[in-house]
Amino acid sequence: MSAPLKQHLIDPEICIRCYTCEMTCPIEAITHDDNNVVVDAEICNFCMDCIPVCPTGSIDEWRVVNTPYSLEEQFSWEELPAQEDISECGGGIEALDPAIEALLAEAHGGAGGRSKAPLSAAKPTINMYNLGKPATARVQGNYRLTAADSGADVRHIILEFGGLPFPILEGQSVGIIPPGVDAEGKPHLPRLYSASSPRDGERPHFNNLSLTVKREDQGLCSNYVCDLQKGDEVQVTGPFGATFLMPDDPAARLLMICTGTGSAPFRAFTMRRQRAMAGEAGDMVLFFGARAPDSLPYFGPLKKVPDRLLKKHMVFSRLKDTAKEYVQDRMMVEQDQIADLLADTKTHVYICGLRGMEQGVEQSFKNIAESIGLSWEATRDVMRDEGRYHVETY
Amino acid sequence: MLDLINVSYDTQIPNNVGLSSDKRVLKALEKWHPGYINWWSDLIPQNFQQSLVYLRTAVSVDPKGWAKFDYVKMPEYRWGILLAPEVEDRRIPCGEHAGQPAWQEVPGEYRNMLKRLIVIQGDTEPASVEQQRFLALSAPSLYDMRNLFQVNVEEGRHLWAMVYLLQKYFGKDGREEADDLLRRSSGSEEAPRMLGAFNEETPDWLSFFMFTYFTDRDGKMQLESLAQSGFDPLSRTCRFMLTEEAHHMFVGETGVGRTIERTCQIMTENGITDPYDIDKIRAFGVIDLPTIQKKLNLHYTLSLDLFGQEVSTNAANAFNAGIKGRYMEHRLTDDHMLKNDTYPVWDFEDGKLVRKDAPALTAINMRLRDDYTRDAAGGVGRWNKLIAKSGVEFEMKLPHESFHRQIGVFAGKPFDPAGNLLSQDEYDAKATEWLPTKADGDFIQSLMTPVSEPGKYASWISPPKVGIDNKPGDFEYVKLYMA
Repeated sequence: MSAPLKQHLIDPEICIRCYTCEMTCPIEAITHDDNNVVVDAEICNFCMDCIPVCPTGSIDEWRVVNTPYSLEEQFSWEELPAQEDISECGGGIEALDPAIEALLAEAHGGAGGRSKAPLSAAKPTINMYNLGKPATARVQGNYRLTAADSGADVRHIILEFGGLPFPILEGQSVGIIPPGVDAEGKPHLPRLYSASSPRDGERPHFNNLSLTVKREDQGLCSNYVCDLQKGDEVQVTGPFGATFLMPDDPAARLLMICTGTGSAPFRAFTMRRQRAMAGEAGDMVLFFGARAPDSLPYFGPLKKVPDRLLKKHMVFSRLKDTAKEYVQDRMMVEQDQIADLLADTKTHVYICGLRGMEQGVEQSFKNIAESIGLSWEATRDVMRDEGRYHVETY
Repeated sequence: MLDLINVSYDTQIPNNVGLSSDKRVLKALEKWHPGYINWWSDLIPQNFQQSLVYLRTAVSVDPKGWAKFDYVKMPEYRWGILLAPEVEDRRIPCGEHAGQPAWQEVPGEYRNMLKRLIVIQGDTEPASVEQQRFLALSAPSLYDMRNLFQVNVEEGRHLWAMVYLLQKYFGKDGREEADDLLRRSSGSEEAPRMLGAFNEETPDWLSFFMFTYFTDRDGKMQLESLAQSGFDPLSRTCRFMLTEEAHHMFVGETGVGRTIERTCQIMTENGITDPYDIDKIRAFGVIDLPTIQKKLNLHYTLSLDLFGQEVSTNAANAFNAGIKGRYMEHRLTDDHMLKNDTYPVWDFEDGKLVRKDAPALTAINMRLRDDYTRDAAGGVGRWNKLIAKSGVEFEMKLPHESFHRQIGVFAGKPFDPAGNLLSQDEYDAKATEWLPTKADGDFIQSLMTPVSEPGKYASWISPPKVGIDNKPGDFEYVKLYMA
């Protein structure tokens, strides 16, 4: 069996046959007969030029298929076929290029199965820009978030897109292309970073977004990003990711667990709720681990977020004269609160940070679930299938 | 170097035509601009001018950059001048100059013909905004209000596009014509708009949807023909306008479709199987299908008149000169000169309706009208699918093109919608079954109560299947200004 592939389709029930996509497609992958406008899977290269010009939204449809639907099949459709159940991937297509999809699959692997987006999540745009056609962003600011002597250099980078549309949702990532070429003389592949700003921008309606990036000793891209100066131009791809998204349901409860720069999506989630659903939102609980307060990104601003919006548990592993404490330890201390959340079908769990945290967090969940008579694996699998359990680690 | 993809905002008028280095045209446009702003400000009711509308603005002609969505107050909308990118070594696609390099300047011998085409096209753009000026007051939802305003600002931008061509390429005459585009006014006694259909009022939302479906589709066909022009700046302008025009087609098709859908839903929910049980259906606050068919008959036939005489020497001259092509000219495989070709055109023979071959060159209008009818029939078919899906037994039909015509070979003749020639008395006796009556209009008007709560819709129309820019159902498309 050949590997499943993503196929670009057009919804015949929504399409009005204006043929704007057909006229826009630079490689004539789109054609029509008297019935339907269709995309030829053998020609389409996912350049996405047809997506913004469509007046109806019918153009933004994707199916994962083992064998692509032929033109004749598509011409005969009265409506789009449902996504077939394909075990390898399916559901939310996280990215269209295999390399990025593989990166995201690996990052989401800790969920113990195929991730799904929350039911009420907004529909994400993916792959609007790619390696062949990146977006050029301009650096609006680069601020160090951690103390100069903390040993960790974590940066808050603001990128601005000018007139270019860049529709990104909280929890989605962008690719940054470091300049230059690798040992084989090929351009570097993009590195993925989660946006730490909400969908309407770091500053509303300024068409910008922020990233939270930690400088790694030998990190080619992290050093490039951390050294960016205001006004520099950056090549950006994406957005990517279609499952690690927040529910738009204001009553949903969020349990967020992170370490270090894994806080980026949670900053975005929190800001989204502050801006769009203040006052009516279900509760949000954050477990945030770092070595010490001066190496915890956004420590200052975070403390100012009121507890009624976000219950914060900041956990430190390198405090003088204090025993080491990790997020999983604090979870056990707060087990009543977590048990209450786990028992509620409105709860969505998000884990983001270094891969090393997965095991400890998972163990704490297991202990807490069993203490209230739940099987952790079964609970987690149900939550995941309902789009309520998300892991992104690296 | 000129940045021809990204739009220049450094002058008052966003553009990708290098306006800032073209002082003469820039000055002319800046002089015209206040009149335009006045026209807009006087037109749309004030509280809407102050409201924040979720609109798309063209920021670049690159496919990815041309649609940017954000809240904007309409008087602050950036109406710009945007031309599709120049195609290298473009050739004149049709007529006696076919194959020669496309003109970058106006060819002297065709100057007047070109100017007239541009003025007629330009005149329709502000006219439709004028016709629709009061509709927002009875919008069935914020979503629909937003779509109306999007159509309006883009028609405004299309006016800009035509004015630019007049001022850039036609000197003093062009400037005068540009001023006249703001002087004429839809329905005015002393200075009406140039085409009849653009002096009729758009009294209600069903008329608006029918207008965008049928009459804007004529606009689309004209733009398609002008996009084939050998005069390259006109071709590039129209190609860019077509992308926006697609949104207008969308508003029309889905607007009528949602109206039909709602009627069928109410009928099935209440066990009404006879679509002609009009009083019973209307009692539920929806528009019965036969009345929708009457509106369709009216707007389709008014729009057919916009194509002019079936056989026309003006159209032949424009094609022969290479300044206006046929629909999809570049995909046609003939000699693009029509030296010996024929095309079947409606005519009378012994009082009977027949298609007779006429020289294809003079039948350009007929051909474009046939292309139009084919295009318009597609959406009617999709409306019928909605009806069939609901289980209601009814079919919408395009009337025969001889019905209710004022221009061309059928003008003033009493044909019925099936294309049978009747006596005037027979026609008059039946006309109220085919065309909307005053009572029909009054009933539709009675349903036009505004709904301004996000996510809510008036009784007579279904919500859309997909939001604009992927927005959720309860998105606040217009933040209404409360004085």
